[in-house]
Amino acid sequence: MTERTGQAERSGEQAAGYRPEGIDDAFAAGGGGGTTPALPSLGWRGTLRWTWRQLTSMRVALMLLMLLAVAAVPGSVLPQRPQDPAAVLRYLQENPTTGEWLDRLGFFDVYASVWFSAIYLLLFVSLVGCILPRTKAHWQALRTRPPRTPRRFDRFPAQARAVTDATPDDVVAAASTHLRGRLSWLPTFRVDTGTEDAAPARGRSAARPAARTVSAERGYVRETGNLLFHLSLVGLLVAVATGQLLHYRGQAIVTEGRGFANAVVDYDTFENGAWFRPSSLVPFSMTLDAFESEFAADSVAFAQSRDFTATVTVRDPDGETHEETIKVNHPLTAGGAKIYLQGNGFAPEVTVRDADGEVAFSGRVPFLPEDTMYTSRGVIKVPDVSPGLDQIGLVGYFLPTAELSEDGATATSVYPQPINPLLVLEVYRGDLGLDEGLPQNVYRLDTDDLTPSVDADGRRVRLLVAPGETVDLPDGLGTISFDSLPRYVALDLRHDPSLTWVLVFALGALTGLAVSLFTPRRRVWVRAWREDVPGSDDDGAPRERTVVAVAGLARGDDAGLQGEVDALLAALPGVAPSGEGDLTDPAGPTPADRTSTPAAPAQDPTARDRARKADR
Amino acid sequence: MTVAELSQDLVWAAATALTVALVAFAIDLTRLAGRPEAEADAHDEGAERTEVLATAAAGGTTPASPYGPGAVAPAAPAAAPAPSRKAANIGISVTWLGTALLLVAIVTRGIAAGRAPWANMYEFTLVGAFVALAVFLGVSVTRDVRFLGSFVTGLSVLFLGLAQNAFFVVATGVQPALQSYWLVIHVGVAIIATGIFTVAFVTSALQLLRDSRDGGNAVLGARGWRWLDTTPGPVQLEALSFRLNAVAFVLWTFTIIGGAIWAEHAWGRYWGWDPKEVWSFVVWIVYAAYLHARTTRGWSGRRAAYFVLVGYACVLFNFTGVNLLFNGKHSYSGLTTE
Repeated sequence: MTERTGQAERSGEQAAGYRPEGIDDAFAAGGGGGTTPALPSLGWRGTLRWTWRQLTSMRVALMLLMLLAVAAVPGSVLPQRPQDPAAVLRYLQENPTTGEWLDRLGFFDVYASVWFSAIYLLLFVSLVGCILPRTKAHWQALRTRPPRTPRRFDRFPAQARAVTDATPDDVVAAASTHLRGRLSWLPTFRVDTGTEDAAPARGRSAARPAARTVSAERGYVRETGNLLFHLSLVGLLVAVATGQLLHYRGQAIVTEGRGFANAVVDYDTFENGAWFRPSSLVPFSMTLDAFESEFAADSVAFAQSRDFTATVTVRDPDGETHEETIKVNHPLTAGGAKIYLQGNGFAPEVTVRDADGEVAFSGRVPFLPEDTMYTSRGVIKVPDVSPGLDQIGLVGYFLPTAELSEDGATATSVYPQPINPLLVLEVYRGDLGLDEGLPQNVYRLDTDDLTPSVDADGRRVRLLVAPGETVDLPDGLGTISFDSLPRYVALDLRHDPSLTWVLVFALGALTGLAVSLFTPRRRVWVRAWREDVPGSDDDGAPRERTVVAVAGLARGDDAGLQGEVDALLAALPGVAPSGEGDLTDPAGPTPADRTSTPAAPAQDPTARDRARKADR
Repeated sequence: MTVAELSQDLVWAAATALTVALVAFAIDLTRLAGRPEAEADAHDEGAERTEVLATAAAGGTTPASPYGPGAVAPAAPAAAPAPSRKAANIGISVTWLGTALLLVAIVTRGIAAGRAPWANMYEFTLVGAFVALAVFLGVSVTRDVRFLGSFVTGLSVLFLGLAQNAFFVVATGVQPALQSYWLVIHVGVAIIATGIFTVAFVTSALQLLRDSRDGGNAVLGARGWRWLDTTPGPVQLEALSFRLNAVAFVLWTFTIIGGAIWAEHAWGRYWGWDPKEVWSFVVWIVYAAYLHARTTRGWSGRRAAYFVLVGYACVLFNFTGVNLLFNGKHSYSGLTTE
């Protein structure tokens, strides 16, 4: 699509409005994208055809592209459900009216919304409708020969002339060799040679001598690249869609010394595409042996994270075990899936005894880090108290390196490593509401129906518990002990069988794009004929020489065209870069639009460099 | 003085040099515009280079323009004495100096931080300005693009000042998510693309201004805009802008693909509509639309150039707005928002 009407357009834009001979190929003439369709003929058939033609026109493709760009923007401004469902809920609470409407219109899941999908699907339909006919046309164009050498060279944008003592046949052979290039299996130019007979003067046209000609064309791969790019985009879309259907993703929080098995039920959350089969999960299991983190301790980047390493032991289905490490940029491959280290924190192991002295709760409670100092929030729910007693809920913070303010009222974490770990908890009692069977967020405690413990002044009691300590709960509720401090990691297991294809098509698109944008599309013609050297027949024997004329034409803007012509001339036998004598045909018309004198570039050593640069 | 402080001082030195270059280029433009015959500077020692630009644009026939064939044709020579473009040449030299200083500043910054020096907004801005300058100087080796000088140096000074005053963060290491060779590849290519987009933007903006002036626009016809006559014609500017944009677009495509590969490594998904990803996508689409518009009847020329302006606005927003306004996985500015 990148050059469909380029040439026609440019010549139309420039007032000159002429088209040099030799440009009449499928692309310049076809111009299907830009043609204004005739008024739609009556009947549904005509309407359908008209619609299709509109849809596959470049103009509509352009509109759809711009529409796609605009439609993508809201997804970066508004919170999105797949990325951050909590933020969407917050937004809905803060903006009930507009939020509801935005929600109805799909603004909180833009990239799966009907309108966004409609735009890109239409765009792809338009793309396919445009590309398929072009693929067919290109398939035919690939086998066409370069257009025959035009009669007149003087109106071409790049041209050059030279004289040589070599015969026209030698000139033509040398030109063919030069144009084909060094690689015989991948010629730079497709070259045809020809012979023209002498023609006597007729009417207004002058007599023409017999001549040898070369017509050559390069840049067939330009359109190939263009098609490859667009077809790769289609492939990319298909690959991504297939991946959506086949993928699965499980997330698990694992504390040190514990593990999980690769089964749907063992994950905290699990999502999968429609075509996923649970039986496809490879039954490996994994144990987190240790987790280590490093933080900068210098004053410049104090407490910035520097490294996270999880050491795990993987047990394959055949019972073999091996030790592995997972780092942030180095996921672990196991059972055909990749396991990513997505988060980490502390999971204090606590034991709560009720008023009767019975163990009501014992376990590891993951606290979620809320800032760079790992000030972490967590909830301990104690529903299994002895009969007749209130259930207990503990809410608060875990501080890896606690620092109490001077009056002891507030505690903050000042470093992310557990140098002076401390639990700061508030205590609630009452019915936790867990017995109704409704699912609850384990990181939140609904305190509406609970009674907080307060001190004599009516302020909430705050318990400070350090590792190894046992502290009495207020109001005689029992005790809490901080037994140990294991770390936890949040692991993300993902499998998407389409990844390879996504990459292949993405790279295909990149290659096609580069080829289509950087391959010059050029035509070059050579004509060589013998003529008498003017004023050489003093001694009666006329001396002959060969005149070589070269013309070049490019599709679109082409900085290297003149360089190509000059380089060709320089490669011909007997054309010495001397600059001696007048290389232009004194009798011939001096074209007004000639861009440079032919002699100068041939002796300019940078001309070839420039040509080469432009080719790159 | 530590290496980090040296780097910061070198940035100021580079900004100073570039300001001098900016002034020199501006003087050159006003001088050219002030001449009675404010065109055809193809006669000076840069004639050979301008010629290349002329052929560059000459895909078919080229209308007469200061840089066009007419100016080079042997009929013209005796018309006017070669105007002195000493100021512009000084500008080029000082731009080389400023760019070299900036390069040293970037290298010392990398040494001070012990990693590739483009991991946050401050460093990205420095390297982006450097690439824009390098592209300008690189093109100026083979073509006469001195008319671009004041704009490229002006933007660079602006970017450097902004970086030093608004984006500065201390040189240090990076968090685990950034510890990957993809930092060098993905971000490096993104900066190069941004730098080239910058020069292409300047070219397209000049194309529009020049085109409006040629078209008899009342505002742009005023005396103050006479310097516009010293730039190449809109057709040549369009050709140059296209070539730059084509290169930058391919690099941007690679940036997105490389970013997707890295995201798959670091975050477990290759595409997640993170705000930075959304805007990279928008940028890509707008420039894709530009490439299509160029070849669509009725959309080439001026209208296509508008796409470049929109596209560059998106590039800038992707860099500044997305880093500072939105909260996403790409929030690496190192600036605290609170």
